[in-house]
Amino acid sequence: MSEYQDRGTIQEIVLSARTVAIVGLSASELRASHFVGYYLQRHGYRVIPVNPNEERVLGEQVYPSLREVPEPIDVVDVFRDPAAVPDIAREAVEVGAGALWLQFGVISHEGAQIAQDGGLKVVMDRCLKVEHARLLGRMHWMGFDTGVIAAARKPVGIVPQPKH
Amino acid sequence: MDEAPREFGFNTRAVHAGQRPDPYTGASATPIYQTAGFVFEDTESASAYFNLQEYGNVYSRIMNPTVAAFEERLANLEGGAGAVAFASGLAAQAGLFFALLEPGDRIAVAKALYGGSTAQLNHLARKLQITLDWVDMDDPDGWRRAVTTETKALFAETIANPGGNVLDIELAAAVAHEVGAPLVVDNTFATPYLCRPLEFGADLIIHSATKFLAGNGTTIAGAVVDSGTFDWSNGRFPSIADPSAAYHGLKFHETFGVYGLLMKLRSETLRDFGAVLAPFNAFLLLLGMESLAVRMDRHVANALVVAEWLRKQSGVAAVRHPALPDSPYRPLVDRYLPLGAGSVFSFDLESGRDGGRRFIEALSLWSHLANVGDTKSLVIHPASTTHRQLSDEELAASGVAPGTVRLSVGLEDVDDLLWDLEQGLRAARGAAVTA
Repeated sequence: MSEYQDRGTIQEIVLSARTVAIVGLSASELRASHFVGYYLQRHGYRVIPVNPNEERVLGEQVYPSLREVPEPIDVVDVFRDPAAVPDIAREAVEVGAGALWLQFGVISHEGAQIAQDGGLKVVMDRCLKVEHARLLGRMHWMGFDTGVIAAARKPVGIVPQPKH
Repeated sequence: MDEAPREFGFNTRAVHAGQRPDPYTGASATPIYQTAGFVFEDTESASAYFNLQEYGNVYSRIMNPTVAAFEERLANLEGGAGAVAFASGLAAQAGLFFALLEPGDRIAVAKALYGGSTAQLNHLARKLQITLDWVDMDDPDGWRRAVTTETKALFAETIANPGGNVLDIELAAAVAHEVGAPLVVDNTFATPYLCRPLEFGADLIIHSATKFLAGNGTTIAGAVVDSGTFDWSNGRFPSIADPSAAYHGLKFHETFGVYGLLMKLRSETLRDFGAVLAPFNAFLLLLGMESLAVRMDRHVANALVVAEWLRKQSGVAAVRHPALPDSPYRPLVDRYLPLGAGSVFSFDLESGRDGGRRFIEALSLWSHLANVGDTKSLVIHPASTTHRQLSDEELAASGVAPGTVRLSVGLEDVDDLLWDLEQGLRAARGAAVTA
């Protein structure tokens, strides 16, 4: 698992991504997927909901599958049953996404391998919101261990990296 | 990325974890954010903070940046996902059990426990209809015999106060996980420098940070550290897994995963309990923790010298330091406490209750007070202080003899400490002979 939790890869994805397609984004405000989608929008990401059962979530048009999304996707963020991940990974490769991100508990080594073989960066069993908040420094405010050990003065907020 | 991030050592993390220079001012020390409230950027942000959709500072009864630096440092040193600070160790203990338990639940608790903890658990049991199953932690079958399908937690101290019993953490964790309950360990006496129970399978840590973490007896403080690995959605913890009425039906474990219990403990339990750590106290704890490892090394070394010396003195019936070569806990010390078994231990005077009183009165360097884990060496005689209402029979039942003396060995020159103990022993012996 640790090969899919590399801190450097996580940082690169969080800092360079602009468009995040959230597969399984729920319209219910109480679901983890909604928390993450709302949070990413607040922090300037373009969030594209992918869910065959919804029409509009977080003010955005919902697409039934990744194939239907009419624009380039930087990160495919998955909140689905692990059994659904291999197919999602194949679609993510097909549409040329930059990374496959599997949320807490979404563990599929098969799906991860498919995405990796297709040239995508892969993160597994990690939360995109938590990792963004870790870099921003806000996660620290809740008493969580960020793992950050540094005495260098940091700029205020996150400085986005130029998109390659 | 090409290069793996560096895994920093304990001392480096004790100095730096949880704190970076202030981004606005460059202040190197952690600022004391002495404020009750925090101004919201806008109404949308305010509502996001209240709905837990965004990590933001709201009110110092729930979170505070100075307190957060202490919480993160402790969580980092213990190897946990995070921590929630409380106003005292007992507040942390009450908060955690209040969050975990429902009326009718049972918890298995080591009999060898700090008296204040025992008193609190009895109080909680009475008020909240919790059943306590007391366990002899020295009995290898003790935990297994005590747990039932109703057991919601197992609780013990790494090194028990004042008996010095050492917990077999892996054994207790195995029993806990067989019944789907977390192992909760009070790691106050060991500190994360001497033992990190989460590495041996414990799920939650409680600290009285008043002791070695603060280091010099200035501050009452406590904390809960969570490993983040326990499955609260195993069907046994509705208070963590089921929809929360306080947050429109939010399911803390499902939504926040690894951080579910900690979010619950902060946004519900601490919020409603109000037993919050003050920012200034957190600042003192941060100062103390920077030197934790070097202090603990000296505490451990001084305590061993004192224990070995006491064994050779006449008038001393028994010395209970778990790291002594003939201690029954020596194998557990080797396994769980390779850097030392702390500096709090007890010994028995042959001269009983009166001898204990004379011993204390003859000391001039050891402080006679009810605390442990200070830079100063501390001494207390339970039979004439904390346990003075008990008869000799009742004392025996609580594991304390009339002549038991508890020491917390500090950082003074150890020869000076022995010189003073010699004065005490002479008084204890002398008068005993004439009596």
